[in-house]
Amino acid sequence: MVVEIIIAACLVIAGFFGLVGSFGLIKLDHPMARLHAPTKATTLGVGGVLIASVIYSFAFEEHGSLHELLITLFLFITAPITANFISKAYLHRHELEEELPEPNGDTNWATLERPEWSPEPEKTQEG
Amino acid sequence: MLKRIFPHPYLTALLTLVWMLLDNTAGPGVFIVGLILGIFIPIITAAYWPDRPVLKHPIKIAAYVLIVLYDIVKSNIDVALIVLFKSNAARKPAWVTVPLDLKTPEAITVLAGTITMTPGTVTADVSAQGSALLVHCLDAPDPDAVRDDIKSRYEARLKEIFE
Repeated sequence: MVVEIIIAACLVIAGFFGLVGSFGLIKLDHPMARLHAPTKATTLGVGGVLIASVIYSFAFEEHGSLHELLITLFLFITAPITANFISKAYLHRHELEEELPEPNGDTNWATLERPEWSPEPEKTQEG
Repeated sequence: MLKRIFPHPYLTALLTLVWMLLDNTAGPGVFIVGLILGIFIPIITAAYWPDRPVLKHPIKIAAYVLIVLYDIVKSNIDVALIVLFKSNAARKPAWVTVPLDLKTPEAITVLAGTITMTPGTVTADVSAQGSALLVHCLDAPDPDAVRDDIKSRYEARLKEIFE
């Protein structure tokens, strides 16, 4: 009984954070701000479901299952890389170099650094 | 000799563990297959890791993981509150430069991943020579506090682990 309540609580919490993450995608008004919403859904939203699944398998099934830990591990490896790529694309498309803070002692941020022989990029900072 | 067989002892342990988790059983057969993979994969790939970092204090990884997990939960709630109750106009997004004391690429990668996984901050870019990270904050009334927090909470600990 207690275990069932814990499992249900994990699922509800996970569902709530998944919902808030999706709602954030609609509500937030800036591409970089919207990037914050999915990183949230993957951490607590998916995490809660996985914890519930682990507890359920140990409490009610013949064999306990720890498969879910691997999903968490893979998410923790892949999610930051996805976010990094999306924000790099955003930097290229929309952000003016002058609006970013100075890199500490370096010439430029890696995404915006151009070799000297490369032509001037076209200005695409409309949207 | 032992170094020949186990060029990366932690990688061997990790591969064995991941194999057992993939198989989802804990019998001796699975362990042995995992161990065989864990021994051969590091030997075959050793050539691609010429300057692998030496972990100075592996025990501190456990403490670091716990702190990050706690922060993930805490900042998830913070960001949920921002999304639900704060209007877009009242939010103060900010770009923050985090100057790096870390030198090894692996440590910087872990730091960048940690910053992204704790919601409210996303690592957007690294500077051309690797001396700073560009971090975007969802709501940062005080950007300097965010920077100091990242440096004292995560970077100082990673420096102890890696360097």
